Amino acid sequence: MKSLKELEEIKQRTLDSVNLRKSRTGTRIVVGMATCGIAAGARPVLLSFLEEVKKRNLGDVTVSQTGCIGVCRLEPMVEVYRPGEEKVTYVKMTADKVRRIVAEHIVNGHPVTEYTIGAAE
Amino acid sequence: MTSTEANNMEDISLHILDLAQNSIAAGASRIEISIQDIPEQDRLGIRIRDNGKGMDQDQVQKASDPFYTTRTTRKVGLGIPLFQASAEATGGHMEILSQKDAGTTVQAVFHSSHIDCLPIGRMEDTMAVLILCNPDVDFVYTHEFCGRQFLLDTCEIRRQLGEVSIADPDVIGWIKDTIRSGLEEIYGGV
Repeated sequence: MKSLKELEEIKQRTLDSVNLRKSRTGTRIVVGMATCGIAAGARPVLLSFLEEVKKRNLGDVTVSQTGCIGVCRLEPMVEVYRPGEEKVTYVKMTADKVRRIVAEHIVNGHPVTEYTIGAAE
Repeated sequence: MTSTEANNMEDISLHILDLAQNSIAAGASRIEISIQDIPEQDRLGIRIRDNGKGMDQDQVQKASDPFYTTRTTRKVGLGIPLFQASAEATGGHMEILSQKDAGTTVQAVFHSSHIDCLPIGRMEDTMAVLILCNPDVDFVYTHEFCGRQFLLDTCEIRRQLGEVSIADPDVIGWIKDTIRSGLEEIYGGV
């Protein structure tokens, strides 16, 4: 692999902030990654969340996957868990919705109600 | 409507992401993803091999049945039948080799000159999602084109990283860039 040196630099940079990321008390963003989610566009949604987390340097936010959330026609679906708050489920996700959810919900704590499963049903 | 029109998987990298989820659900600790792109033989070979819990003969047969699933959240398991349909739409085929408690290999041949052959798609995105969400699984991704080969082995990356997580956003960014430039290199000049 030709850019191992670059990886070493990332490692050194990250070591400073690594304890912050290990924190389990932070916000969790969980994307449904079953066949239904993937076919509906879950991959770019998950990667957009990661991109926003990276851009804003949100050290205590983790992005992960789960299986089928159960309402395939509303995929891609995303669940947001913030400590001490009710889980919020977003449906029919797109990369544009991701940016707004990160800005309003993840950073500022106000769920984007119009994108939630409650608004869709 | 033909089977390809009903199939929402837009490219092969999405099929691979989906099939690897089966390996993860089967408890695999190592998943090998291999793409062999040999245009002069009109052959695109895809293989996903895992060391998960495997299936017996009966389960292997049922796995290609669109009305079979081990899941309880939804009654229909579509990943393997969709992959099979995509391969067969090009005149190719798919097979499942599995042994209980030893692992499963799903492999397919696509005929790449066929008009219905899906593009390979963004393998860097598929690998980024798999590694980010399954940092403890070993992924070995090999991609061959015209005798040139790209290899990504997460064991090696993890060894290099030491205590830094492979799921760190900057590391995932580096993995994506490495795959993109590695594939550009083997496909270079085409």
